Amino acid sequence: MAETHSLQDLQQPAVFSKVFIQRDYGSGTICRFQTKFPSDLESRLDKQQFEETIQTLNNLYAEAEKLGGKSYLEGCLACLTAYTVFLCMETHYEKVLKKIARYIKDQNEKVYAPRGLLLTDPIERGLRVVEITIFEDRNIGSGR
Amino acid sequence: MMKNCEYQQIDPRALAVSPSSAQNHTEKKARRPRRKWEAFPGKNRFFCNGRIILARQSGVLPLTLGLIVVTCGLFFAFDCPFLVDHLTVFIPVIGGVLFVFVVISLLRTSFTDPGILPRATPDEAADIEKQIDTSGSSTYRPPPRTKEILINQQVVKLKYCFTCKMFRPPRTSHCSLCDNCVERFDHHCPWVGNCVGKRNYRFFYSFIISLSFLTSFIFGCVITHITLLIIEMLSFLDSSSCTVVELVICFFSIWSILGLSGFHTYLVASNLTTNEDIKGSWSSKRGSDDSGNPYSYNSIITNCCVTLCGPMPPSLIDRRGFLPPNEAVPAASVSEIELPPFVAKNDAHMCTQSTKDVLERVVHSSDFHGLCPPSTPKTTPLGPEIFSIAAPSTEPSPSAGCTRQHAHQSAATTCPLFTKSSKRDSLHSINPAFRLASPSPSLSRVTLILGDAPDIGFIPLP
Repeated sequence: MAETHSLQDLQQPAVFSKVFIQRDYGSGTICRFQTKFPSDLESRLDKQQFEETIQTLNNLYAEAEKLGGKSYLEGCLACLTAYTVFLCMETHYEKVLKKIARYIKDQNEKVYAPRGLLLTDPIERGLRVVEITIFEDRNIGSGR
Repeated sequence: MMKNCEYQQIDPRALAVSPSSAQNHTEKKARRPRRKWEAFPGKNRFFCNGRIILARQSGVLPLTLGLIVVTCGLFFAFDCPFLVDHLTVFIPVIGGVLFVFVVISLLRTSFTDPGILPRATPDEAADIEKQIDTSGSSTYRPPPRTKEILINQQVVKLKYCFTCKMFRPPRTSHCSLCDNCVERFDHHCPWVGNCVGKRNYRFFYSFIISLSFLTSFIFGCVITHITLLIIEMLSFLDSSSCTVVELVICFFSIWSILGLSGFHTYLVASNLTTNEDIKGSWSSKRGSDDSGNPYSYNSIITNCCVTLCGPMPPSLIDRRGFLPPNEAVPAASVSEIELPPFVAKNDAHMCTQSTKDVLERVVHSSDFHGLCPPSTPKTTPLGPEIFSIAAPSTEPSPSAGCTRQHAHQSAATTCPLFTKSSKRDSLHSINPAFRLASPSPSLSRVTLILGDAPDIGFIPLP
């Protein structure tokens, strides 16, 4: 079999550019990202796919920040214990953040990496932006 | 054949920008991997390997702690034995519970990340610049940048932060003392030695509420003690003078603490921050809405629940994460302070406005702008200048109208300024007060009680 180039074996692929999806503050300070499709990605990704990813992320963040019986209960319990309960318990938000991290990893593996893109978890950018790194297309096969 | 030339799937793990990845293992032998807090660009101090965060100037936190501990200590030592005999054994129990609650809330407020926004990475900053500079010429520095957005049908202006190189999210403000943008910025509190923002507002609120209860409780007990002594015809002078000291401390602090608690209860119920209230961002002059505040849920209970019992947001600065080995710290160069006069002045203006409004009678001269308010040597020179107007403030405040509503609350809180032994200045209720409150206590109290101002520059690790 002819040698396949694994990108892991090569040096880091060169970064072509980065696209930043900014926050959407239309509904206040909750964490939402704009679903407008950036023009730089047009050649690499489907609009549909992109919107689906961002929408799912938005839904997950909404779930994390949801105000409901459960979060109030957590808050009241924390207040009564002088907030020491946070030292031993993981907050609901943190649990959802882990879920988001898994989702992003999953999306990277299935959708973005095959297209030479990389999605960065917004938490690593302070929940300001969703950073999509576009890598140079070194081995453009004839079929693409 | 095509297959061989196709992309091999990029393994996200190998390329992940996350610093806590395998890169650590390969590079570790060169040098110890540094954690992010070691290269943090803001003016904060970290303890316990990044677990505890504090402002660079811890303000009068040692004083706050000291006063609480000393007063409670005197209470337990001198009043409790008497009251346990005469009343009930629950007195020290209640006192103890309140004391523990107060201290824990205080420490949590001081040591928690208030909601600091990490600065933009160079790539992000460049991207934003690119979007802004499409029209203007780049030969000179462009004017301050703002972006208008619509939140719940209300126009809100987002300002560009030159230090952090990003557009500040709504309700976020840059604290010049800590040199960080803080989300839902309320105020910088020297009593607590930290900013009060999204993540630690609930701790701050529970601190002042529990402190109100504690102060009232001790005050009540002391009054009872003295009354019983008088009733029993015991010589009043025999009773330890400590009881009198407690009485005095509690009497004066009750007004300020209760006033402050009342003010913050109002803020919580209307989902406002001290910053917004002082600047009059959503005062009723804006329109026919009852509040004009786009963040309010228009229900007191919902507002309270959201602010105090809402989900606890995570810390965004990832203090204990590892730095990528060869990457420059993002936007770290505090040295690129081309703008500090501009930025700091903005914040200073914001604060001076509020100071002027409510404290126009008082005024500290201190040129708090850009300096370290609590530094010891400043106390003496400030003495004679106590009534001079703060220099930098120039504009008549538009928030004058709005702060008048709270005048009755703030009045109670500002009164103690005149009293020499006011314990905790309610200047808390006003943003700038934090910058000024340090000279204030040093002016009024320190000279009387403590002599030298406490060593504020350094806080020992608890």
